[in-house]
Amino acid sequence: MAESLAFALAENLAAAGLAVDTCYQCRKCSNGCPLVFAMDLPPDRVIRLALLGGEAELLACRTIWVCSSCETCTTRCPNGIDIAGVMDWLKEQAVAKGAAVPEPEVRDFHRAFLGAVKLMGGRLSEPVVMALYTLKGGRWLTKLRRSAAAGELATALGLLKRRRLPLTPPPRLGGAGEVARILRRW
Amino acid sequence: MKLSYYPGCSLEGTAADYAASIAGVAELLGLTLAELPDWNCCGASAAHSLDEAAARALPVRNLRLAQTVGLDVVAPCALCFNRLKAGAKALAAEGERPTFRVWDLLDLLTQPYFLQRMADLRARPLTGLQAVCYYGCLVNRPPHITDAANPENPGNMEKLLQVLGATPLEWSFKTDCCGAGLAVARPDLIDRLVQRLYDRALRAGAECLVVSCQMCQANLDLPQARISRQAGKKYELPVLYFTELIALALGHPEVPRWLARHLVDPRPLLTAKGLL
Ligand code: SF4
Ligand code: SF4
Repeated sequence: MAESLAFALAENLAAAGLAVDTCYQCRKCSNGCPLVFAMDLPPDRVIRLALLGGEAELLACRTIWVCSSCETCTTRCPNGIDIAGVMDWLKEQAVAKGAAVPEPEVRDFHRAFLGAVKLMGGRLSEPVVMALYTLKGGRWLTKLRRSAAAGELATALGLLKRRRLPLTPPPRLGGAGEVARILRRW
Repeated sequence: MKLSYYPGCSLEGTAADYAASIAGVAELLGLTLAELPDWNCCGASAAHSLDEAAARALPVRNLRLAQTVGLDVVAPCALCFNRLKAGAKALAAEGERPTFRVWDLLDLLTQPYFLQRMADLRARPLTGLQAVCYYGCLVNRPPHITDAANPENPGNMEKLLQVLGATPLEWSFKTDCCGAGLAVARPDLIDRLVQRLYDRALRAGAECLVVSCQMCQANLDLPQARISRQAGKKYELPVLYFTELIALALGHPEVPRWLARHLVDPRPLLTAKGLL
């Protein structure tokens, strides 16, 4: 064979319970997807590329990060393909393999979330996740420059006024150690 | 009736108003919600996006805690509910079947027993209140996790509103995604999804939206001023929790205080309808 066919990706997905080989490209997934307007590859192409072994393209695409995990595609696929699950699997691989992520904000928010749960002893503190996310990589500077900070501050003050900003941290759990072990990578 | 209660993190935080209305409704209906001791965060979208093993282990820890209690578990948050169900399915696939059931709060409170109680206890029918029901994504989807009988067109919230005397309007967007998970990282994307929902709700003739999840509530309520500014037209659609409407119809005295904690104030609308 002149070129090797890359079946490994589809096989790895199948091993994770995410077989893609029954896709017949009906595009029902893409037609119902609420975020397809922000994607560089529509969901049906993600599945096709997974089948063809287009790993590099998939790990670097925007689609997997702007997918909101709304599960519409997975619910509707006539062949039972868990498209939303494939999106998640690809995100995890992209981070594990250090791929260049075109939507670092989304990735960093997820990281901040998991980091905050571990840090606070098992439950999420919303102010802490916002702080970890905003402080990361000088993001507060970008926000100030884009004047997005003013709107966010107004919302935060609105919540504060309505006693909806928690001023005390969540309780540290008896199982904090167990949760920290589960989240050891973050 | 007594169940284990899994409130989820945001009900201890920004969704304190939802938490208060749930406690009020439970009291009215004679439902004892015993908070699951030492429950942990379900990991939400962050875990299932970046760490499948954690996305499984976090809810499984909660399920094991619930197993020692032995009661059915109820979750008021769509995402928590979805993760608990996913955890239970993962355990079942390995032959470990929990002996209790995981409920979504709306599903629980729209069982015939509770609907009948509400009809019996109704003190002030919500006559004339025109609302669209918004279910969001994860209470119903994907059905192999949620066991939802009708994931594309659920109807239990409409049925509830009818029992309360309100007028639920038909619209085709009750399970369309509002993008809540992207609210912090990509607010530009959610603005587009959310504005579309406002427009469709208005076109259906709605005066307010009713939700059963604090992420949907926040995502539809908090950015309304910003979206209005950008769109150059004023949206003023209150986003009410179904529990607030139950409490209102059953005459709970605390309702106005809960409503005061929303960003789009629902009180003028409800006052105009003679309901407050
Ligand atoms: S809906 Fe399923 S079969 Fe159709 S294109 Fe999408 S993944 Fe393929
Ligand atoms: S889960 Fe992602 S890909 Fe699927 S329909 Fe929703 S946003 Fe689109």
